[in-house]
Amino acid sequence: MSEAAPFRHRQSAHCESGVMSALATHTGLPMSEPMAFGVAAALAFALIPFVKLSGLPLIAYRMPPGAIIRGVRKRLGIGMRRLTFGDPQRGMEALDRALDEGRVVGLQSSVFWLPYFPEDMRFHFNAHNLIVYGREGNDYLVSDPVFEEAVRCDRASLMKARFAKGALAARGRMYYVERLSEDVDVRRAIPAAVRSNYRMMTQAPVPFVGLRGMRRLGRTIIALSRDPRRCDDYLPRFLGHVVRMQEEIGTGGAGFRFMYGAFLRESAALLGEPALADAAAAMTEAGDTWRLFALRASKMCKRREPLDAPALSAIVTECADREAAAWELSRRAVRHR
Amino acid sequence: MDEGDVPQDGIPTYGGRRKLFYAVDKDGAYVAVRSSGWEAEAIATGSALDAIEGLRKDAWRRAREGTTSPLEYYMRCRRMDLALLSQTTGLSRWRIRRHFRPEVFARLSERLLSRYGEALGIDVATLRVLVERP
Repeated sequence: MSEAAPFRHRQSAHCESGVMSALATHTGLPMSEPMAFGVAAALAFALIPFVKLSGLPLIAYRMPPGAIIRGVRKRLGIGMRRLTFGDPQRGMEALDRALDEGRVVGLQSSVFWLPYFPEDMRFHFNAHNLIVYGREGNDYLVSDPVFEEAVRCDRASLMKARFAKGALAARGRMYYVERLSEDVDVRRAIPAAVRSNYRMMTQAPVPFVGLRGMRRLGRTIIALSRDPRRCDDYLPRFLGHVVRMQEEIGTGGAGFRFMYGAFLRESAALLGEPALADAAAAMTEAGDTWRLFALRASKMCKRREPLDAPALSAIVTECADREAAAWELSRRAVRHR
Repeated sequence: MDEGDVPQDGIPTYGGRRKLFYAVDKDGAYVAVRSSGWEAEAIATGSALDAIEGLRKDAWRRAREGTTSPLEYYMRCRRMDLALLSQTTGLSRWRIRRHFRPEVFARLSERLLSRYGEALGIDVATLRVLVERP
């Protein structure tokens, strides 16, 4: 480990990819946020009808929480220590010890109990990730990747945030890099990561994941609009939920497409493979189409324009078509590597 | 998304802060750009917040009328529902629901009250009485 180097805060688009790229960079393996996201093969889509969040189906635009940390760790052979705790006091003592040893520590926590979050962003979401890089008196020095500047958090609040209960409860989860593998080479990890992500998006064994899941979302919108019991009340709520999960939680569905595009573009340069830059451009177009969907759907929820289910469904189908094209280009670009 | 198209709508839910987005510059390269928010996100977050606010005001009104206890109101103040309060306190749902009855809540032991206080991050004295305005 490169000891004395002071930790530098860097803003990211998404918490988990931000934490992972910052931890790797700090310990001597410089890595951009999109590279962490892409190497972990973290782009996804899922619309799971039988898992409900306050009556609405679970929808996700990336792999589940924890997948980026695990993906980067495994594909780049990073040795990490990961701990959870039954007792909050012991969890805080372990954090203090790690900080005393000069480590930079990643934490999973609830968003709601972090006092530096603006009021309107404080929901009970337990899979937020942040970095603690020091302590001054009663305050922890926090690098929260989604914030512009480093922040501070008092001990009591941090303990509450780490040990909040509920779905995806963190149980005080903390993690830090112990060692980097000797012969780590990001360039070797990229083709395998792209292939793995391609398979997940195009060949998922269940119909509500990947490109098939997207097309299913398009059909669901049409079906709801034809259901007299659900077209007036449930459909606008459903659309609002799809957009909220797309734009707000994490960095959003379109945001993840742009981040993956940035990864493909960076990989094109690293591998000297111009075809990956074409794939990046195609992925950007898919992201733009998702943005169009969010804009139209949110206006329709607010009744600023009439609810046009066939139009929304067509946009979602176009998202799927464009992503299919982007994945085909990506796969071909790494075929012989 | 082109660099110049990164939304800068200054939405209220960001509380004056900016988030980071990846966008494309004129050469097709990706750059990280700070955004003060997008109208579409503001609408989506806003309706989620409205729903929470509605539940809170409704609980306050019922507590005022005496058909529920201040506990339900303070639970809603913390943006919690019965399931989460149950997990946080370790008390069963039906037991909490019973504590929503004002006459039961009024007789609650100091120990149980402090358990709720701890879970909600509210001191016991505050928890006992309903605030004057929602």
